[in-house]
Amino acid sequence: MSLDRDAVSHIARLARINVADGELDNLAGELSQILSFVEQLNSVDTTGVEPMVGVGSVMAPLRDDVVTDGAQAEAVVSNAPDPVGPYFGVPKVIE
Amino acid sequence: MSALSDLLRLDIASARTGLAAKDFSARELTEAYLAAADVARPLNGFITETPERALDDADAADARIQAGEAAPMTGMPIAQKDLFCTEGVKTTAASKILGGFTPPYESTVSGKLKADGAVLLGKANLDEFAMGSANITSAAGPVTNPWTPDDAPAPLTPGGSSGGSAALVAAGAVIAATGTDTGGSIRQPAALCGVVGMKPTYGRCSRWGVVAFASSLDQPGPITRSVRDAAIMLGAIAGHDPKDSTSANVPSVGFEAALAGGVKGMRVGVPREYRSDGMPEEIDALWREGVEMAKAAGAEIVDVSLPMTRMALPAYYIVALAEASSNLARYDGVRYCVREEADDLIEMYSQTRGAGFGEEVRRRILIGTYVLSAGYYDAYYKQAQKVRTLIANDFNSVFNDVDVLLAPTTPSAAFAIGEKIEDPVAMYMNDIFTVPASMAGLPAISVPAGLSAEGLPLGLQVIGRPFDEASVLKLGLALEDAAGFDRTPRLLAGAAS
Repeated sequence: MSLDRDAVSHIARLARINVADGELDNLAGELSQILSFVEQLNSVDTTGVEPMVGVGSVMAPLRDDVVTDGAQAEAVVSNAPDPVGPYFGVPKVIE
Repeated sequence: MSALSDLLRLDIASARTGLAAKDFSARELTEAYLAAADVARPLNGFITETPERALDDADAADARIQAGEAAPMTGMPIAQKDLFCTEGVKTTAASKILGGFTPPYESTVSGKLKADGAVLLGKANLDEFAMGSANITSAAGPVTNPWTPDDAPAPLTPGGSSGGSAALVAAGAVIAATGTDTGGSIRQPAALCGVVGMKPTYGRCSRWGVVAFASSLDQPGPITRSVRDAAIMLGAIAGHDPKDSTSANVPSVGFEAALAGGVKGMRVGVPREYRSDGMPEEIDALWREGVEMAKAAGAEIVDVSLPMTRMALPAYYIVALAEASSNLARYDGVRYCVREEADDLIEMYSQTRGAGFGEEVRRRILIGTYVLSAGYYDAYYKQAQKVRTLIANDFNSVFNDVDVLLAPTTPSAAFAIGEKIEDPVAMYMNDIFTVPASMAGLPAISVPAGLSAEGLPLGLQVIGRPFDEASVLKLGLALEDAAGFDRTPRLLAGAAS
């Protein structure tokens, strides 16, 4: 699978990463190289094989349904670029 | 050798003895390292140095030793890879996008070392978000391998992603350091810098508070000067943590005590598929020597097959990148320090992320986004997860017959900064021998075992069953004893004093 500049532009939009027009062709080449490397996986017959989603127990551990932490709004927003009191500030979303 | 450089050459095990016998204080040990920092600074191994904190930690350690309450890591001057969140100490993940992020909390692993009384000298350099094999993707600049020859046209890389940690340990600038290993990021730099690096079993050490790269693969571990030190430090950082739901609730055995067991009768598998086409003769020779060392120590050698070995790297680069694209979605210009202003929210996200991520991280997020996107999920991501099952099955079946596996750590010695950057896939090949164990979540250690023709260190790798770090450490120790690797790099802190 080889990606062209339009495909890269689409993926970049999905990933919310701004990519300059001048970089698209180069990036398309690099990403295509990586994809053609990983595509050798298609040669493996995986009929009937379960996908491995993680190591160890598949069951997430359960704990008692009690409050263990919280009421730390100030610490939570302490690194935000635009904290508004105990809230995260963002550009206007709804006109 | 002066008293200062004597102190700087001690490993944890001998420093522990010296501190207990009051031969020197934690303050003296720390001051020796702080005095040596100037020599090590050109290596660029630290992103942040914390000398004042170090002296406070050292005094607290001395008080504790005085009171007879020392833990094994009390008074040990270490570096934390700058991927571990440290309360009140800037944590960058070597990325511009985190700006001056100063965590209001402490990661479990760094917190355990802190609670044990270890001395924090600083935060070690790494590849951006731990993505790389040469420490050249760091926003804080590359790290120089202390083994770089005097007449080298360009500095050599220490490997990556825990390149700062490995370089600092090798250069005598810290007694030990933490690392994290996703596909080889502890073992590969340890091998290239001539030190010991151990990736514990996935789940053995908590990932809580470690900046995430690929959550089903990431695992913290120690980088040290000796196998005994790896056992000591692993004992300090291992353990169940309810704050990490993948943390395993298994008892921590006495790793250091287990070393005494030896390897007599241990069945050591030699995976024939690791002998890839084009394996350099010196790597093959080192591997054969390793087999002879294990045999001489009383182990039994068994030829084994891991048929899926060749597929581990491509499967890894789908699974790891998919998880990375998802994990790194949190850097959105809202919660962490850096934001590029824009008129609307989506544009603000895109500008912030476009400006904040380096090239390799951007490449990896884009690939990860693509393999998870509608229409490609099954063909790429699911197929990779199925191949991962087959890789794990391979290991499971050979571990019915053998106790551990022995292989090289890397396909070559350290290379120059600037090499292998044109072709991202060529860089990925560095991890060819380390990635399979990562995919299966297995414990593995790299031990320095010889020198290349150019006089650069090479490492041997031991891989074990899940939660059988004890056997891995035992064979590691046998190899360390037999190889007698006692060379030091050219750039050595305190050497001239």
